[in-house]
Amino acid sequence: MSTASLEGIKKSFGDVQVLHGIDCKIQEGEFIVILGPSGCGKSTLLRLIAGLEKITVGTIKIDDREVNNLEPAERDIAMVFQTYALYPHMSIFNNMAYGLKIRKMSKEEIKKRVYNAAEILELTPLLKRKPKELSGGQRQRVAMGRCIVREPKLFLFDEPLSNLDAKLRVQMRLEIRKLHQRLNITSVYVTHDQVEAMTLADRLIVMDKGFTAQIGSPLDVYERPANTFVAGFIGSPAMNFMDAKLENNGRSIRISEKEYLELPGKGLPEHIDNKVRAGIRPEHFVICDAKEAQIKLKTDVVEKLGADTLVHGFTLENNIAMTVSLDGIQHFDADTILSFRIQPDKIHIFESESGKRLN
Amino acid sequence: MIHNRPWLSFLTHSILILGILILVFPIYVTFVASTRSVDSILASPMPLWPGMELVKNYLAALAGPSKSVGVSVGQMMLNSLIMALGIALGKITISLMAAYAFVYFNFRFRNLFFWMIFVTLMLPVEVRILPTYEVVAKLGMLNTHVGLILPLIASATATFLFRQFFMTIPNELCEAARVDGAGPYRFFIDILVPMSRTSIAALFVILFIYGWNQYLWPLLITTDEGYYTMLIGIKRMLDVGEGQIEWNLVMASTILAIIPPVFVVVYMQNLFVKGLTETEK
Repeated sequence: MSTASLEGIKKSFGDVQVLHGIDCKIQEGEFIVILGPSGCGKSTLLRLIAGLEKITVGTIKIDDREVNNLEPAERDIAMVFQTYALYPHMSIFNNMAYGLKIRKMSKEEIKKRVYNAAEILELTPLLKRKPKELSGGQRQRVAMGRCIVREPKLFLFDEPLSNLDAKLRVQMRLEIRKLHQRLNITSVYVTHDQVEAMTLADRLIVMDKGFTAQIGSPLDVYERPANTFVAGFIGSPAMNFMDAKLENNGRSIRISEKEYLELPGKGLPEHIDNKVRAGIRPEHFVICDAKEAQIKLKTDVVEKLGADTLVHGFTLENNIAMTVSLDGIQHFDADTILSFRIQPDKIHIFESESGKRLN
Repeated sequence: MIHNRPWLSFLTHSILILGILILVFPIYVTFVASTRSVDSILASPMPLWPGMELVKNYLAALAGPSKSVGVSVGQMMLNSLIMALGIALGKITISLMAAYAFVYFNFRFRNLFFWMIFVTLMLPVEVRILPTYEVVAKLGMLNTHVGLILPLIASATATFLFRQFFMTIPNELCEAARVDGAGPYRFFIDILVPMSRTSIAALFVILFIYGWNQYLWPLLITTDEGYYTMLIGIKRMLDVGEGQIEWNLVMASTILAIIPPVFVVVYMQNLFVKGLTETEK
């Protein structure tokens, strides 16, 4: 079990700077997920940790040892690639054993470790086969087996599940989680899939355009997103935003001439002058009688997903697009007017210009 | 295009059989001639069924020095074999390494060098044969096996082919090897070469036949009969001036000259086809 730390990591390719100073301390046995949209630099960050790219500025330490100038093999890491990157001409056994052979480990030790890893991953009957004779999920497990046998200090995953079909992805996600609980190896996992991120992570690093937008536990990131980017990125369907004005000494926000929402407790008296944006997650709308309505929506499209129903519509007052998620199957026609209430503590308030969270 | 029309399959088969007859007939005549004595070959019309002197002719060709050449066909076959194998293996080794450098290493003028090699594709051997001869002569390699092989083992075609193949190998594989601790040398030997084995086999077939069929270069640099290759030898057997051409021995040598390339093609056929059509990734 090891720790790792990233200190002021910057990376440029030529004139283009893709990482603008990333800091993070990774605890022993922690499962860190780096999440972000395409092009945010998350894969680059992982490749820097792996040593496949050179850092422009900053320091990476694994167990307090600076590894900036070490080759990947010397950093005591193991990596699972998106395309698995198994050696096509080698048997599964040799695929897993190759790294150990290069390290000149004894034959018995190699055998012991490979069989052990194969046992954990249920690959034992497949050890003599070639990668092309395996299914996607099995190849994925071999790729993980190749990492396990090394007993590395740090486990790196580069979008390992994105080449699998939806059902297998759910299953492998669970297996990765179980594997981590069993082996407890410090892991860094890159993905753009937020469900993977939410289920796997002990801590999330949400990245945006080469900056860390937020670092925190999945629930923390979901319940208290640090800015509008994180708020909009985490959660599916995405959070609804609307411009608003604080009033009543910061205790409520006005979202249209007739509609206002109350904030919990004292509200935000200190930000009374700021322009703000209010964010409400689709799942926090509660349907109610017309008399008690805080927000009224005119429905447009209704998507029935089985477990829940997504209602896309526009606010009656100022015609802002909103998405509402309701439990179970609900039947609404287009152009129906629906009334909703919102729990005060589920309202997120952000500063308009910087996008920073205020409450 | 699967039709079941009797007259169509009759027609197609007839054309195929006709084509095969046209191709095979000269070889058959060669074989017949190799089993007869000179006199019966020269009789008019030449008989078209095999004679009785097969064993005698072939033993004579393989063992004894021919009257007109002064070296046995056995020796010439060995020379041809050394040359063809040397050229095929040399070309493959050199172009594998060159392609590896071009695809996986960043060095100054990489593209310039690549295009320089590529441009030589357009120059046939004959264009540079004089300077090549000069160099080989100055190195004292006339009448040596090395002299026969060395100038022909640089191959732009094979380099290009391997380069294209290497470029289809995903970069992640190289990175996985780096994480596993394989240096450039091990990556090449343990991963790239085994992955290219079907391409290597296909190229081996083509290059072996290319080497076996070399005529101009061995003709130029071999004056010592001990280094004659099959093709030169057969040509020499025909240049006897006033004397009697030993047609039976010439034909036996011709049949012998056909055997190794045919063997290589038949033996490596599977790999050959795979190498040209499949990509293993």
